[in-house]
Amino acid sequence: MALINNGALVEDDFVYLDDDANLPEDDAVIVSLERWQASRENLLRRSAPIGLLLKSDQLPECIGEGLQRLAVIALEFPAFRDGRAYSYARLLRDKYAYKGELRAVGDILLEQLHFMVRTGFDSFEFETDDPLRDFEVAASDFSVWYQPTGDGRDTASELRWRHLDPVLSTCPVAGPKRTDNASGWRSFLARRA
Amino acid sequence: MQMIIASRLVDGRVVFMDDGADWTDSIEDGVCLETETETVRRMTAAELAIENCEIVDPYLIEVVGEDGERRPAKIREAIRAFGPSVRTDQLYSSGG
Amino acid sequence: MYRYDEFDEKLVCERVEQFRRQVERRMSGELTEDQFKPLRLLNGLYMQLHAYMLRVNIPYGSLSSKQMRVFAHVARNYDKGFGHFTTRQNIQYNWVKLEEVPDLLKELAEVEVTAIQSSGNCVRNITADQYAGRAAEELADPRPYCELLRQYSLLHPEFSYLPRKFKISVTGSPTDRAAVALHDIGLRMHLNSSGKMGFEILVGGGQGRTPFIAHTIREWLDPEHVLSYVEAILRVYNIHGRRDNIYKARIKIVVNQMGIDKYRELVDEEWERIKDGSLNVPQKEIDRINDYFAPPVYETLEDVSDDLDSLREISADFDRWMNSNVVAHKSAGYSIVNITLKAPDRVPGDITADDMDALADLSERYSFGEIRVSHRQNLTFVDVQQRDLHSLWQDLDAIDLATPNLGQLTDIICCPGLDFCSLANARSIPVANDINQHFLDVDRLALVGDLTVNISGCMNACGHHHVGNIGILGVDKRGKEFFQLTLGGSSDEGASLGDRLGRGLPQEDVPEAIEAIVDRYLETRNDGERFLDTYRRVGIKPFQNAVYGDVSTKVVA
Repeated sequence: MALINNGALVEDDFVYLDDDANLPEDDAVIVSLERWQASRENLLRRSAPIGLLLKSDQLPECIGEGLQRLAVIALEFPAFRDGRAYSYARLLRDKYAYKGELRAVGDILLEQLHFMVRTGFDSFEFETDDPLRDFEVAASDFSVWYQPTGDGRDTASELRWRHLDPVLSTCPVAGPKRTDNASGWRSFLARRA
Repeated sequence: MQMIIASRLVDGRVVFMDDGADWTDSIEDGVCLETETETVRRMTAAELAIENCEIVDPYLIEVVGEDGERRPAKIREAIRAFGPSVRTDQLYSSGG
Repeated sequence: MYRYDEFDEKLVCERVEQFRRQVERRMSGELTEDQFKPLRLLNGLYMQLHAYMLRVNIPYGSLSSKQMRVFAHVARNYDKGFGHFTTRQNIQYNWVKLEEVPDLLKELAEVEVTAIQSSGNCVRNITADQYAGRAAEELADPRPYCELLRQYSLLHPEFSYLPRKFKISVTGSPTDRAAVALHDIGLRMHLNSSGKMGFEILVGGGQGRTPFIAHTIREWLDPEHVLSYVEAILRVYNIHGRRDNIYKARIKIVVNQMGIDKYRELVDEEWERIKDGSLNVPQKEIDRINDYFAPPVYETLEDVSDDLDSLREISADFDRWMNSNVVAHKSAGYSIVNITLKAPDRVPGDITADDMDALADLSERYSFGEIRVSHRQNLTFVDVQQRDLHSLWQDLDAIDLATPNLGQLTDIICCPGLDFCSLANARSIPVANDINQHFLDVDRLALVGDLTVNISGCMNACGHHHVGNIGILGVDKRGKEFFQLTLGGSSDEGASLGDRLGRGLPQEDVPEAIEAIVDRYLETRNDGERFLDTYRRVGIKPFQNAVYGDVSTKVVA
């Protein structure tokens, strides 16, 4: 199983830990939500990185305290049709301001990679003959989109307005960044008025 | 008697498995399956045809009638075999 | 009409190329059917009984003559020379070939038409009423907001794998011709006392196996919040909608299970968080999109009703057509003209390539080159000068498209049914044709007046049978086609679901049953009462008696 992280093929530093396995002191592990909720303190006490795997019926609001200290949150797609994790990713980035690695795992179709990138995922576990090339092709399926998803990438609307409104085109590039909760539109236009 | 009906992948047209395990759009040329063994063997060939990207969704149907007047026993498959029951100008005969 | 700019074009072209690659990967076996199916559905491509069927979007039912001509070209070159208009203002081609679809889509893209998300578990075509921007009674034009919602929902990265399909409809008139109460999200435009426009938002309507009338989730929403509020509804649905059972996966199920109050609570909580963010629609953007939908320049015309009256006296046919198919327009001297695709010998909603070309020509001559599609599978010219009405009628009559039956018994909504659709249990088109044959007397039809008959070939209710004044549902009973009737449905602003009349009838008994129902209505009605009014006044018993005999002595199965 290959891991693509931030557009590069990388080794997986993390190991998925079974619920009944002993917690190693120095290894980077990904645990289940149940284990996290049961042994949060123990898990965070270690200096080795800790990650969490959420199943598709486990909402981000269940994570609770310590969320920001998770090095990776893996969201599972049990079937490629199950699209709940796209919303979980959005909530983790926008509502919970999660800055760590957001990983898509499970049943992933190549055609879904572009959408996953847009909703805030930065790493992907999947298996093909040439995962890096497949990722690059899939992630660039579209260069134009309509919806802001908090990832800071220009929407068609923003590009249009930059094109239509010369004053706007002198403003800083791109819409709201992941860390910026401001309403990009209103603030641009208000400033001009 | 039974036959195998399926949809051709490339154009979605209704086809029947023929004697050479190929696919024909004429019900008259479809191979009749009379024994259990024959049926199993042919359905396996159909699975292979799926993998070869020839067809999708093969299944068994009851066919009645003499040669030259064959028709599926159920209305759904009759419509599949002979075309919609309306708009006769749109009918495609199972040879068309 | 909306016109694509370079960004819209790019997006659509990229989508066509993506689909071309997907088709290649399917044909080479790199993608299995199971993997390919959701991908082809996201482009509106079904595998049906005879062939692939492609469903093409007509956003909010609005078409240019140029686009109509390309529809004709596609019908001739990729299909068998005809197309079918659906209850969601789409057009379907029944005979396309997988290997040709990418080229077909490319040709459509060149005239700003797509099939993206016309199927699949995503937001589908945004529909509106066919008189949008023109009806005399209209409060506000829904089309700009439909366009805004269309772009917003197109290839939305978060909402392309919803639990199930998602349908949105918008109405700007007090008379709801867009069936908003039967949609997953319905938007009703209202004006407040200062004349400002706002939306009433409805949620959880739908037909199919478990029909529901939508609930109002919000009485008033300022227009700049429309996208963020819809996003909140979608996000809550995406997270909480059921994924264990495709028959229980629509938003109507989750809204009715948890209750509208609880659903509203979840939506409002999310909406509070996002509402002043990047989804706010600035006035400037609303204005920009509004500009696309500015009405044409109308001439200052005088009322010519007198001239028309004398023509109506001369020709009973013209008079009948004027009564049934022609409707009041906002602008003096203009009319809205309806063209029903429901002549006795037609497949309801079907249109040949020749008809498409002819109507494209007529629309340019008479109506600024614009054509609307209604959810009743008919077409409309929205800007016809009154003084042209007689001439237009003659031109339509010459091509058999002047059937004077809008909203009448023979203006039947009919799904493709078992003749075409792999989901169907029974054939619906022959039933529609039979009923038509029994009601050839146009004067009698006019006497009966407004009466909607809706036929579905299966419980998926694409024929909207739940909301027909008379609904007909095809079922399979031990291998034979039977039809269950319902009465009293309505999809307008007073929406109601039909009541089951009684045991299913074999196909040959359906027209007589309709006749019995109509006779009973004519006997029972008060002055000015439409069928629906009479039904609501007297209830179902008189009609059950008429069809099945004395109900008290018969077992109604």
